[in-house]
Amino acid sequence: MSHWLVLPLLIPFAAGVGLLLAGRMPLAGQRWVGTIATAASLLVAIRLFGLAAEGQIGVYLIGDWPAPFGIVLVLDRLAALMLLTTALLAAGALAYAVSGTDRAGRAFHALFQFQLLGLNGAFLTGDLFNLFVFFEILLIASYSLLLHGGGPARTRSALHYVVLNLVGSSLFLIGVGLIYSATGTLNIADLAQALAGLDPEAQPIAAAGGMLLVVVFGLKAAVLPLHFWLPHAYSSATAPVAALFAIMTKVGIYAMVRVFGLMFGHGEGMLAELFAPWLLGAAILTLAGGTFGAVASSDLREMVAYLVIVSVGTLLAGLALGTTEALSGTLYYLVHSTLVGGAMFLVADLIGRGRSQGPAIVVGGRPPGAGLLAVLFLIGGVAAVGMPPLSGLVGKVMILLAAQGSEWVAWIWAAILISSLFLLIGLSRAGVTLLWCGDVNPGDAPATAALIAPAALLLAMSPLMVAFGGWLTAYTEATAAQITDGRGYVEAVLGQPPASPLRPTSVP
Amino acid sequence: MAALLALVIGLLVGCGVYLLLRARTFSVILGIVLISYATNLFLFAAGRLATNQAPLVGEGPPYADPLPQALVLTAIVIGFAMTAFVAVLALRARGEFGSDRVDGKPREDGP
Repeated sequence: MSHWLVLPLLIPFAAGVGLLLAGRMPLAGQRWVGTIATAASLLVAIRLFGLAAEGQIGVYLIGDWPAPFGIVLVLDRLAALMLLTTALLAAGALAYAVSGTDRAGRAFHALFQFQLLGLNGAFLTGDLFNLFVFFEILLIASYSLLLHGGGPARTRSALHYVVLNLVGSSLFLIGVGLIYSATGTLNIADLAQALAGLDPEAQPIAAAGGMLLVVVFGLKAAVLPLHFWLPHAYSSATAPVAALFAIMTKVGIYAMVRVFGLMFGHGEGMLAELFAPWLLGAAILTLAGGTFGAVASSDLREMVAYLVIVSVGTLLAGLALGTTEALSGTLYYLVHSTLVGGAMFLVADLIGRGRSQGPAIVVGGRPPGAGLLAVLFLIGGVAAVGMPPLSGLVGKVMILLAAQGSEWVAWIWAAILISSLFLLIGLSRAGVTLLWCGDVNPGDAPATAALIAPAALLLAMSPLMVAFGGWLTAYTEATAAQITDGRGYVEAVLGQPPASPLRPTSVP
Repeated sequence: MAALLALVIGLLVGCGVYLLLRARTFSVILGIVLISYATNLFLFAAGRLATNQAPLVGEGPPYADPLPQALVLTAIVIGFAMTAFVAVLALRARGEFGSDRVDGKPREDGP
């Protein structure tokens, strides 16, 4: 495998370090560096997506030490899909930020690149402990990004977010320690083999470690009842940061797919069936809680934050079903909900900017240029609720169809469909109140094209995902098959020879 | 030795959770520090406890597992950075809220 695989880490790292070192660089220069690095990451992600779509699993041995002794980067279809989604979302968020919100605090562009470094690393790494390290990188960048702009509301939500995630990190380490003490390895491919053939005495220890990881990933993904930090954090962050954070909950879902689909999914005995009932219960609770929160919100940004929780519930339902079809629908819905969720945060900010009441859902002034904003809000709402003809419908239908064989089918159908109905009511009410009632304040200027374009481009991904739906679902089906099978991943990682023949391949 | 270590880890976690639930920023930071100490000890014990064994591969079969030691070092570094960050954040919160309560509300009782 060529050195392409390490570029999604090197580009944001180099750009972030450069921006920090040149701390006094004028903002225009910082914007150029950030934009070029993000565009380069997007190009690399497209290239890697093309490589992964051929069905090959790329393995990059860092320091040329063979797995499981050295650290590996692994590019399978899932990692490539997540990299591309992140790069698209980051491009949209950065394009919005350079129109002014990056002026609100220092070092925005450096932190943005470090956030991308953490995200890309978490998707590429083939090692459980490195997953922890990259989680910490993306978390510490997100702590600072959340505080971007300052103010007591942001400080309060950041304090809660930081403390919760620090406790989560401790639980992650304990889980990793338990799994290591049961299996003696931390390489994900090696763990998949070790856990499948684990002797029954060590299984409860590995199961306890796995359950701790469920809690940690659930905290990252804002699964009920670990979701309390999310609405405050996301609704108090500046719009481009909130948009980028739309991928953060998905990192938790991604880690669950990786760890439970690949690592724990292949054994016999108690480990294989350990997580599904917990995940299903949590999924239905999350759907219900997120829906109630969205309908009850009195602030559009908070409502969009609850939409993120609802999408996590939907994803978790698909994940818990565990079949290849369900996983395929989950991945499709993951891409959709990330891009649309990010776009909705931008739209909510655009609406809030033009009103004296801000994004509060009360009858007041209409924002100037409400006609165009209404179209954007309608597209985002239709996509988020899952109505035809946009991509939310496709994703939800894929998950609903996959649920048919399960004994939980009634619960899943009821939860997803009733939640969609309530979201439809809530979003319609918000849209009517914000965009149809009241008069435009004569002094307000409509939002500039530079602000509207990023939101519109992210929203345009939704119809594109329908137009190229056949091609994309073929990709997600192949991805799901690759994860469920798992043998290709294990063989590719453990079979990758070092580039230099001098490296030892066994412990003396 | 294993029982003693388990007791110490349990005690640290217990104190940490108690302090964390006090919901005052200073206690919360101390609680997080205690929990991260306990985590590091736990991670160290994941490689099995051993005495009088070579720390490195290559000096014969009975050697201590080197991997958890490397993991603990990484975890200590990360935990240190995070503690520094949360301490600065707590100071800023103290300045902005005028109280040390984590929910940002003023204290009803006296100092």
